[in-house]
Amino acid sequence: MDQITSKPIVSAPAEAPQTGRDSGYVSIRDYDFFYGKQQVLFSISMDMPERQVTALIGPSGCGKSTLLRNINRMNDLIDGISHRGDILIDGKTIYNPHIEVTSLRKRIGMVFQKSNPFPKSIYENVVYGLRVAGGYTKSQLDQACEEALKSAALWDEAKDRLTDSALGLSGGQQQRLCIARAVAIRPDILLMDEPCSALDPLATSRIEELITELKKDYTVVIVTHNMQQAARVSDRTAFFYLGKLIEYDSTLTIFTTPKQKQTEDYITGRFG
Amino acid sequence: MSAQLPKTKGIHHTKGEPLVWLTAMGLTIGLVMVASLLLVIISQGVGVFWPKRVTRFVLPDESGKRIEVDGVVVKRQLKTAEAGKAPIEEIQIYTGNREVYSLAFRYLDVHRITSESLPADALLIERLENGNAIGTPISLKTGSSTGLPAEDPSFRSGLAKAIEEASARRSAIDHLEKHVIGRNAAEISELEVRAKSAAPDRQQALEADIATLKTRYQELAAEAKRLRKVQNEQSLEYRLASGETRTVAIGSIIDHHYPNQLGFLSRFGRFCENLWNFVSERPREANTEGGIFPAIFGTFVMTLLMSLLVAPFGVLAAIYLREYAKQGPIVRMVRIAVNNLAGVPSIVFGVFGLGFFVYFVGGSIDRAFFSQCLPNPTVGTGGIGWAAMTLALMTLPVVIVATEEAVVAVPRGAREGSLACGASKWQTIQRIVLPAAVPGILTGMILAMARGAGEVAPLMLVGVVKLAPSLPLDLEYPFFHLNQKFMHLGFHIYDLGFQSPDSEAARPMVFATTLFLILLVIVLNLGAILLRERLRRRFATAAF
Ligand SMILES: Nc1ncnc2c1ncn2[C@@H]1O[C@H](COP(=O)(O)OP(=O)(O)O)[C@@H](O)[C@H]1O
Ligand SMILES: [Mg+2]
Repeated sequence: MDQITSKPIVSAPAEAPQTGRDSGYVSIRDYDFFYGKQQVLFSISMDMPERQVTALIGPSGCGKSTLLRNINRMNDLIDGISHRGDILIDGKTIYNPHIEVTSLRKRIGMVFQKSNPFPKSIYENVVYGLRVAGGYTKSQLDQACEEALKSAALWDEAKDRLTDSALGLSGGQQQRLCIARAVAIRPDILLMDEPCSALDPLATSRIEELITELKKDYTVVIVTHNMQQAARVSDRTAFFYLGKLIEYDSTLTIFTTPKQKQTEDYITGRFG
Repeated sequence: MSAQLPKTKGIHHTKGEPLVWLTAMGLTIGLVMVASLLLVIISQGVGVFWPKRVTRFVLPDESGKRIEVDGVVVKRQLKTAEAGKAPIEEIQIYTGNREVYSLAFRYLDVHRITSESLPADALLIERLENGNAIGTPISLKTGSSTGLPAEDPSFRSGLAKAIEEASARRSAIDHLEKHVIGRNAAEISELEVRAKSAAPDRQQALEADIATLKTRYQELAAEAKRLRKVQNEQSLEYRLASGETRTVAIGSIIDHHYPNQLGFLSRFGRFCENLWNFVSERPREANTEGGIFPAIFGTFVMTLLMSLLVAPFGVLAAIYLREYAKQGPIVRMVRIAVNNLAGVPSIVFGVFGLGFFVYFVGGSIDRAFFSQCLPNPTVGTGGIGWAAMTLALMTLPVVIVATEEAVVAVPRGAREGSLACGASKWQTIQRIVLPAAVPGILTGMILAMARGAGEVAPLMLVGVVKLAPSLPLDLEYPFFHLNQKFMHLGFHIYDLGFQSPDSEAARPMVFATTLFLILLVIVLNLGAILLRERLRRRFATAAF
């Protein structure tokens, strides 16, 4: 296709494994991405297996957020973007012109770096995705709210103040509320962009525990700057540098016996 | 190098101080100007309603003959009589009795006055015509008999009772003539229009109906005439300070009081009563007497109507400009044009409103739906609906700019959070962006309302009148008369100040009306501000 070639490090199956139901197997194929004329992703190819945590690490500006935001097409909002290559979820392209982007996003929850609860009640925040989808009864919403808050480990703290404003919660609670909001729509995939970077160590460890719980049900892709965090929570780790995927392997391998010199330098902190 | 450091610090210090003073001075001048404006309007406006004493002045006239005159002191001032001479002091008094003295005000040279006293039994009579009369009561007459003399102990209660009964009769006549007979006349003319185009067999029935209605009209008119006659059966005889005796029919007295016998509390009571009458009554005698209720109501209804019109248009336009239109040179030009629209003189909008709304839109509607009434226009003439639309157009840029700013200020995180949940763009705007932008939009609405409520020039072209026969909103079907001409406080001020036959008499009314215009704008703004604060508290971001 072009000169920029980078061999996929993990040899992925040509098609997603047939598990009988949508499982959230993400595979990225020869993906290039441009903001205007500036190319920020160079021929990325990688697979993110279902019900595993994939961590994206690398120095700032190397394109981790851009890749993550391409998976749910959040970057569509920006003017002047373009891409080459494809992203498949369970073997189907996310760029199918016959499928609404909103229905894609209903399958993919997203948690942002800065917690962004809506200025509404806790309850309304959690059921927001269901409300915009429409067609749920009050009792279904109540039940979904409870389940989502429980899986975000927020139920005990929030159950008596569901009608209070979400903005009254602490920073860590707000981030867990955003996780509850993302899982309330029962997605297959959960994208997290540095979810703990604004939180204190206690709140961070709560969210890390939560991620380990969540991977039982969801494919989790997490961007993190924190090496220990990547080592603790993820099954697979991808190291990016200047828009290129340098190395992608099981977390254990990346952190103990990295094949590339750059990866080793970054992990050991010898990096510029 | 290090020796220079304190020096630069010193320069910075001396440079900063005068600037602080300058800015503080600017603010102070602005505040003082606003405060004195309000002070003048409030003191002049409120003073109108405070009942004042009647003084009797005795002085020789030009020919040296002794004259007496009763009046309320309005102000004292110095006047330069002739060049080179020292100015002399004069007082302006309100004498009332316009039909006798031809003017209600008079100037007296202070040095010529030989005596001043407060006549205890001075009576101030508010009349339907010719303003107030000031005099000493003589007797209450029924027909041509001598009647009840003022010395009689039952005179005061008798007079008060007679005036009260007359007031009740007056409102009965008013109701009869304005509503009952009016509806009757409207039914007749409607039937006549139908009879013109009806089939011959229906025609007979319609004509019979018309005849019944006309008989009913005769009866009603006779009843009104009888009541009017009763109004003139009793009369009050009173003497002016000059000694002249005059009578006034009880039916044309609205109110009366003895100004020199009022204690503080009863003066305060009368003050409140005057204030209430001013707010709640219709104007009389070319607007120089009576109240301003129709103007307050007209301004209020027009401003609310304008807000209801401008809010959806402005908000939708701003949302399109910000959220959907592709940002580029065209959108930038549209935005510049919108901003400049805010600077177009208001009379231009008035001309546009007259040409487009009234003549073109109204005229077309008339030709299409009300052709049987032509050439009399039904909606093709100035009215409160067209006026509200014209002002809505005028204030549209304010709302668009405010909404755009509020929409832009909604954090990107909130939008992305919503989109990531699977919401469409419109759902995001509707559920996240707009609620968060409402306080900002309301700020724009406050500015728009303040501008709209105070605007006069364009309204003069599209529906404001000096005296509107009825209110734009009442209990008669279809309740809201969009094609009705209406009164407006701003125009009322202009009319009182510059179009009234006796501008001296109208001046206090000008201030009082101005006061109420300001109060109305404040009330409308307070409403919007309270609403905004409530919403803002709901959307306030809590600190972690
Ligand atoms: N909206 C945007 N428009 C243009 N360039 C962008 C935009 N967002 C990010 N970039 C650029 O893309 C590159 C990758 O950014 P990003 O994906 O945010 O990096 P990371 O998340 O790894 O720190 C950076 O060079 C950044 O400047
Ligand atoms: Mg990033």
